[in-house]
Amino acid sequence: MDWSAILSNTAQGLLSPATMAFALAALGLAMHFGFAGLLNFGIAGFMAIGAYGYAISILTFGFEWWQGILVSLVASVLFSLLLGIPTLRLRGDYLAIVTIAAAEILRLLFLTNAFVDVTGSADGLSGYHNSFRAANPFPEGDYGFGPWTYNNIEVWVLILGLITLAICAFLLLLLMKSPWGRVIKGIREDEDAVRALGKNVFAYKMQALIIGGVFGSLGGIVYALPSAVNPGVYVTSLTFFVWTALLLGGAATVFGPVLGAVIFWVLQAFLSNVLPQLVSSGILPFISSIQASTIRFILVGVGLMLLVIYRPQGILGDKKELTFVK
Amino acid sequence: MSSSSAKLPGKPAAKTIGLHVGTIRPGVPKVDPIITMDNVSRKFGGLVAVDVEHLEIPRGAITALIGPNGAGKTTLFNLLTGFDKPDTGTWNFAGKSLAGIPAFKVAQMGQVRTFQLTKALSLLTVLQNMKLGAKDQRGEKLMFSIFPFLWKAKEQEIEEKALELLKRFKLDTKKDDFAASLSGGQRKLLEMARALMTDPVLVMLDEPMAGVNPALTQSLLEHVLNLKKEGMTVLFVEHDMHMVRHIADWVVVMAEGRVVAEGPADEVMKNPAVIDAYLGSHQDTDLGTVTGRITLPPKGKK
Amino acid sequence: MILSTTQRGSRSWIQLLMLAVVTAITFGGLFATSAHADEVGTDLPFKIVGNVKNEGIALEGVRIVVSGGGYTAETVTDADGKWYIGVPEKAGYTVSLDQETLPAGIAVIEEGGAEQSVEIGPSGSVTKNFFIGEGERIVVSLFDQVIARIVYGLNFGLMLGLAAVGLSLVFGTTGLSNFAHAEMVTFGAITAFFLGGLLALPIWVAIPAAVVISGLMGWGLDSGLWRPLRKRGLGLVQLMIVSIGLSLAVRYLFQFFVGGGTSQLPGFDSPKIKLFGATSLSVIDIASMVLSLVVIIGFAWWLMTTQTGKATRAISDNPDLAAASGIDVDRVIRIVWIVAAGLAGLSGVLWAYFRPGIKWDMGAQILLLIFAAVTLGGLGTAFGALLGALVVGLLVEVSSLVIPSDLKYVGALVVLIVILLVRPQGILGRKERIG
Repeated sequence: MDWSAILSNTAQGLLSPATMAFALAALGLAMHFGFAGLLNFGIAGFMAIGAYGYAISILTFGFEWWQGILVSLVASVLFSLLLGIPTLRLRGDYLAIVTIAAAEILRLLFLTNAFVDVTGSADGLSGYHNSFRAANPFPEGDYGFGPWTYNNIEVWVLILGLITLAICAFLLLLLMKSPWGRVIKGIREDEDAVRALGKNVFAYKMQALIIGGVFGSLGGIVYALPSAVNPGVYVTSLTFFVWTALLLGGAATVFGPVLGAVIFWVLQAFLSNVLPQLVSSGILPFISSIQASTIRFILVGVGLMLLVIYRPQGILGDKKELTFVK
Repeated sequence: MSSSSAKLPGKPAAKTIGLHVGTIRPGVPKVDPIITMDNVSRKFGGLVAVDVEHLEIPRGAITALIGPNGAGKTTLFNLLTGFDKPDTGTWNFAGKSLAGIPAFKVAQMGQVRTFQLTKALSLLTVLQNMKLGAKDQRGEKLMFSIFPFLWKAKEQEIEEKALELLKRFKLDTKKDDFAASLSGGQRKLLEMARALMTDPVLVMLDEPMAGVNPALTQSLLEHVLNLKKEGMTVLFVEHDMHMVRHIADWVVVMAEGRVVAEGPADEVMKNPAVIDAYLGSHQDTDLGTVTGRITLPPKGKK
Repeated sequence: MILSTTQRGSRSWIQLLMLAVVTAITFGGLFATSAHADEVGTDLPFKIVGNVKNEGIALEGVRIVVSGGGYTAETVTDADGKWYIGVPEKAGYTVSLDQETLPAGIAVIEEGGAEQSVEIGPSGSVTKNFFIGEGERIVVSLFDQVIARIVYGLNFGLMLGLAAVGLSLVFGTTGLSNFAHAEMVTFGAITAFFLGGLLALPIWVAIPAAVVISGLMGWGLDSGLWRPLRKRGLGLVQLMIVSIGLSLAVRYLFQFFVGGGTSQLPGFDSPKIKLFGATSLSVIDIASMVLSLVVIIGFAWWLMTTQTGKATRAISDNPDLAAASGIDVDRVIRIVWIVAAGLAGLSGVLWAYFRPGIKWDMGAQILLLIFAAVTLGGLGTAFGALLGALVVGLLVEVSSLVIPSDLKYVGALVVLIVILLVRPQGILGRKERIG
């Protein structure tokens, strides 16, 4: 057992593009589910829109990296409208089915051979980094210390990711402390009561859907910034993993989703390092190292169940302010 | 037999009279109607839930809507408040047609309602519940909400108004509790107080007495009477005939979706059509509820 | 395995990326880098290759489609007439040549036409060259194609229907949208594989046994998990998310035991019998349709005439009223779970023959189609779910005549969304009374 390598790799889970992408997507879900009570099971679709929107606008349309980000955000707003206009009037579980189906449709459209020239089909997209890296203000060299040592490109990704995350979290905090947030929480509790008080419930739900969707697609962009866009990532399991991160931290909180994402990835990094080593050092007998790496996904599922049953408010949630009362 | 009558003053409250024009009959015109409806009908599958030929609700008075279970009272409420759409008919509120107007706009026009099954927003505090009722808070708009300086002053104003109302409804000590922790009666009070935050013209109460313990009945009644004093119109659905007799200036009786009788409380109770409506089609209804001698523990009436 | 203790910085960073990539693969996705137009999926472990020539002259731009096991890929031949399609599994695939893309006057002239089955050989690859020559193109009339697709669609729909009625019953009686239903489908197939493949029991023993064991699994899930949770008073959304957790845990547990590949049930490669027009079915396909029909009719009889069946419908209609009128709700729900799991298990076995092959996430591949069927028919109505499943099955198969075959599920999902918009109560559902 090589504990220093395990710990070092685990420590990197604290601060990685994947962690920040999860945190952003989980913030979006907190807006949707935790505060507005919207059951969005299509956050993977929003993330895919972020990633593909960014990569396609650079590769196909020759945009600058920041224009690519804008295109992604506009696309995610359009996606929210497309989903929301028909479904927000329907019962909550219909939204769940429609969002999960819509995310699958998107993934299949990105995956099909019919649009291979634009989407790269099963190969995904890569090689869209020039404009982004040219804008890097950090000169070449190593930054940071210990396990958190990065080259200038990685630092550029991380800094941008952190700034985005901080802005989104702050925005969500402001929103939920405002009268707007009060109406949103009221809708979560009982939309008819809020309607009877003269609030345009549909418009509020749509706004919440759009804001959460924008957060989700920002998460997708951060995921795509350092490496490549791969259609195999944006499956329904990704949605469920983000949900796990959200519920872990606390769905109706602002910092819970961020904390949840960090814990999720630190645990994943730890398990994916420690389990194969346990096998190779003979502590876990009878199983192969491939089986060992499957264990961590089994644990995610079990963890999600236990969490929802025994601590639905998450780590940071107020016990009285459960989000599941209905 | 526990009766709430012991806790009520012996004499009914002073009634507003002279509300109608011409002989009293179902659909009689009113001197100053706030709501008029014509040929409003609503079917669920084959079942006719509401079929009202003509009905006017008098302004500035307390009108009770009574009738046996399944008479269509709540459906009528839903139609009037935009929560449901009638299949046919026209209906106006203060001279404006309500056809195709969504519920939230109806509420903005000054017609606020409560629900049969109380809708306190459980995981909001009592004070937050109240503030949610307030009108004209810019901070409820997305663009303004992230700039607290744009709405802080108004918020202060709203809070003062909310606290004042809470004091009136004796809920001020609970202001920081989650609404979920209130008793059934307190939730009814909170819902009514929250409705008043919207400065309504017409207050529509769906079974305000259901599930309220007798100790609170008196104060609830007084609150309803106060609404009239402050110039609001009240329309309420109720099973408790005592309450109807005590505070209603006008009573509308529905059965099987139709208006079968209306008039001042005392006269309506003697109307053979009313007795028939209660006893004819719904013999299981306790006589006491009809005559007002006893208060049934009102249950959900779906 | 001892990792170097000095590793840090960008190397660890790369490892993290590797982690992300490995995760991506495990997510069930495909991993590939850039490739030429005539080569797709070059990073997949197995491959099917070929060379399209007519009398020694290479034909460029001929469209080749490979499909099987839920995987579809296509490419066009290069200037040398060559093509290469990587596939994820060592299994059987169907290779089709799009004759529309051949030059005029020539056609595929071998037995079986432009659609051929291949099996990946021991080397991990197989070569498929079509015999092409002058001749009348064997053009299957559109009518025959439609008929064939309708037959396949019915087969697929009946299989989906078995799973959908179970999901619908559970939803109707408990209100649970059970995402782990997909794993009950997989469980049936894997159990049949274990009994019929590994223990080598005859298939007519293995399949019924798998269905019974699936039913027991349903009973175990209800009494071990769902009933206690109902007693705890968990909300419906909470229960739904628990089912998602269960689905993830069980799915990866399957992967833990059977690995990431595909294995075949005995008899999966039974020969196709040409029936009429362009329609050909294997014995297994025909048996599958007959079996589904018989089971569904039996199920309908159970639901309509037996005491328990009636009680089930009563609970779906109004649980409080049913409980008040003396129905033992817990008992009925337990039976519903057993029936639902048994039907799901059977549907899993049939799905394993239809795909073909068992795989750890085979249930999850059709979960949304099952949901679509249930929603389409009207949430909580069992016959609606069956009808919905047939519509979805037909839609998936027939729509692949017009849209690329790797988008055939999209059609069904789009219809799901559209139906929810215009008729949210589904085909057979009743409009709910508001207020």
